[in-house]
Amino acid sequence: MKDQWKWGTDNDYWVRTCAWSAPGCHPVGCGLKLHVVDNKLVNVDGDEEHPVTNGRLCVRCLTLPEYLNHPQRITTPLKRAGERGENKWEPITWDDALDLIAEKAREIQGKYGMDSIVVIQGTGRQAALYAPPLAFGVFRTSTTLMGISGYSCYGPRCAVAEFVFGTGYPELDFASYFPDSYDHPGYEVPKYIISWGKMPLTSNGDGFFGHSLIDLMKRGSKIITIDPRITWLGAHADTAIRLRPGTDAALALAFLNVIIDEDLYDHDFVDKWCYGFDQFAERCREYPPSRAAEICEIPEHLIYRVARQFATNKPSSLMWGLTFDQTTTGGQASHAALAMLAICGYVDVPGGVTVGQPSTFLGKWRVDTRSNLAPGQFENRLGAKNFPAADRSQWVCNPDITLECLETDEPIKLRMAVLQSTNIISPTNNVQPQRWYAGLKKMEFTVCRDLFLTPTAVALADVFLPVATFPELDGVVLPHYGRNPFFVAAINKAIDNPGVRSDIEFCIQLGKRLNPDAWDYKDAVDFFDRQLHASYDFGFDELRHMGVYQGEYTYKKYEKGLSRGDGKPGFNTPSGRIELYSLLYPMWGEDPLPYYHEPYYSKYSHPELAEEYPLILTTGGRKYTSFHSEHRMIASLREIDPWAKVTIHPADAEKYGIQNGDWVTIENWLGKCQMKAWVSEVIKEGVVHCEHGWWYPEQEGAEPNLFGVWKSNVNLLLPHFCVNPLGFGSIYKEMMCKIYKAQGLDG
Amino acid sequence: MTKPALLINYEYCTGCHSCEIACRNEHGIGLGKWGIKMLEVPPFQIDEEHWNWDNAPILTSLCDMCADRIAAGGDAACAHVCLAQCIEYGDFLELARKASEMTGKVYVISNQ
Ligand code: SF4
Ligand code: SF4
Ligand code: SF4
Repeated sequence: MKDQWKWGTDNDYWVRTCAWSAPGCHPVGCGLKLHVVDNKLVNVDGDEEHPVTNGRLCVRCLTLPEYLNHPQRITTPLKRAGERGENKWEPITWDDALDLIAEKAREIQGKYGMDSIVVIQGTGRQAALYAPPLAFGVFRTSTTLMGISGYSCYGPRCAVAEFVFGTGYPELDFASYFPDSYDHPGYEVPKYIISWGKMPLTSNGDGFFGHSLIDLMKRGSKIITIDPRITWLGAHADTAIRLRPGTDAALALAFLNVIIDEDLYDHDFVDKWCYGFDQFAERCREYPPSRAAEICEIPEHLIYRVARQFATNKPSSLMWGLTFDQTTTGGQASHAALAMLAICGYVDVPGGVTVGQPSTFLGKWRVDTRSNLAPGQFENRLGAKNFPAADRSQWVCNPDITLECLETDEPIKLRMAVLQSTNIISPTNNVQPQRWYAGLKKMEFTVCRDLFLTPTAVALADVFLPVATFPELDGVVLPHYGRNPFFVAAINKAIDNPGVRSDIEFCIQLGKRLNPDAWDYKDAVDFFDRQLHASYDFGFDELRHMGVYQGEYTYKKYEKGLSRGDGKPGFNTPSGRIELYSLLYPMWGEDPLPYYHEPYYSKYSHPELAEEYPLILTTGGRKYTSFHSEHRMIASLREIDPWAKVTIHPADAEKYGIQNGDWVTIENWLGKCQMKAWVSEVIKEGVVHCEHGWWYPEQEGAEPNLFGVWKSNVNLLLPHFCVNPLGFGSIYKEMMCKIYKAQGLDG
Repeated sequence: MTKPALLINYEYCTGCHSCEIACRNEHGIGLGKWGIKMLEVPPFQIDEEHWNWDNAPILTSLCDMCADRIAAGGDAACAHVCLAQCIEYGDFLELARKASEMTGKVYVISNQ
């Protein structure tokens, strides 16, 4: 990349930057050029020099000018003027807002203890990185979490990787560590790539640039998708397996059954680097393809075919998606999927999966912020004792227990909430949004940080603080939040907007008021400069000039003593090997080997409900036009996706008298919502897929309507606390429902 | 040069809509209008194993083949950002020749 990151004149210039929320997306760090005239963003273009994205951009980044300059966007702190929910506000200055928050925090924590403040974060945005330090380092509370049942987004997959592999996140090797990309000497294009319970093209999950898959397809990779739906990728796949939602663990065990039974695995790797193969093989024998075919409701021959293709074409790879977090035995499916990679010899090799180093940039600082807590505070955070496995791998409170705590005031009465980039009452990550709504209504004081007045802000906030978009901030972007960082890249401020603050600026400025010793940084640039110098031989200004810094990647770290803290060969697990048989799980009351059991709610586990609720409800599929509950006010994007959509198979549509484009009600014993039907063969018969994230910014914002947040709110149909013994898992992908024709959005 | 055109390797067009928005940005085209519009053949099943899902961008009268960008030594805005990198700007006949040597779903399109 060229050295220059800013060019043009004083009031008409271009700035090169790398993207990371807001507006929302994962830390993908795509390359952009921003055109600014008179301190206003007038156009964007892709940066062709970016080593991964080469100029490519999604519509969410292409509509940045519309987003930044949107008339409904809030660019000054607001204080509630009327009652909560009336949507009446008065502007206040940043200083007054920060003073008020500091004063309230001191008063409440003085009376009720440090942990009576809860910090709740959303996903994907920078808040995901900075909310725990905000809690620990600024408020010195241990009560912090993302409000998602079963921690079921990314955390469980990271935990299983940590327990089984002893590594960071195993990601498909897409040559992203190398400036010369796919041409890097020694890099190999994967022969087969299994995309499992994931929509990489639209989601760009956790920092994987989704359309890299297209690059690999053009270079010869063949795709296998495993999903109840045929996605575009599935339609272009070598094989697409449409399984019954929630049965992934059975399928993974059957693949392993074939790979072991037909002796297709990598003996050398298994002998040297895997632990517990014999017991593991015995468990897999319980899952012959005939059994899995019946459970998953798929053709048996596809199991043989995919298992053979995957194991015998070296290297191949596997991408494991959100489904692995959001199903009852998803944790077991994760264990089994990682075992597939391991016994075929695809771990930490070119064209298999890369695995992150144990400790990375910003990671140590984030852990260190816990030292601001009093002794015992962190260890006793909400739910830590109930789920020791989650306690060990997640820094946050147990989300299901926190919801119950909000309702019962046990074991602690929470008094103040700080909502960091979470629209928690909209159907985003949280199940039972009406219960979060009621629980958070009880707060004495609530701060909401976002870019627009969301339903959550209107319903709950006393103070609203506007978040900076990435063209308005200096920062860094770190794919996989550091758990497999292909690079570290500079986010460069292009616009000076004094009315908004980035998350780290908010931490520093409030930190100076509440806990100054921990926040002696002058500003964001000073913070990143010092953090970068602690890990690399360059600072922030050098990073701006580099644009993207790609470190070295070493394959087969386990052979070289680079995977464990002690410098010995092997993996960072109790046995020093990849644990096909987990030595940790029995400590936590979990089976050491992967297994399958029925979803919490299915026609087999609850036959008595199946007559009334015959359809399987699955949610959470991604679109190009929005990030979770964001972007609904962006007219160019709403033009493409105007309404919440439910996908239903033609045979089911006919049964229930539904035509393409009809409004329908999706309902079960917990709640109901309305969406527009897309009747298509892409979905497995008997399954409906409901989009998440919907609210309607064009509607009345005040209570009770709250921008129509309850109307297409599929999370009203989802129960909480459907977790496994580790505290992980949930039912976002495998609930029961019925569906019938409605008159419109209101039912 | 015969005339400017785009080669669309629509085997890979994922339907991301980026070309549409990039073209609008470049030319100040408002809502409800397009210089390029991605059209979708809704997905359908061919047989037990095979599916069809085609997306195909079409040029409208508002496309000027990015004359200014090309004159300045750049490429077409839509091709620049296309997530699937399935749009290539060039000379119609040369692109047609190139397309004839490609396998899979491909067309050359111009509105000039
Ligand atoms: S993946 Fe798409 S939306 Fe996300 S940062 Fe990159 S271009 Fe923007
Ligand atoms: S070539 Fe230029 S004007 Fe034509 S469709 Fe592409 S972006 Fe629009
Ligand atoms: S940008 Fe490319 S992949 Fe996206 S819709 Fe247009 S042609 Fe298709």
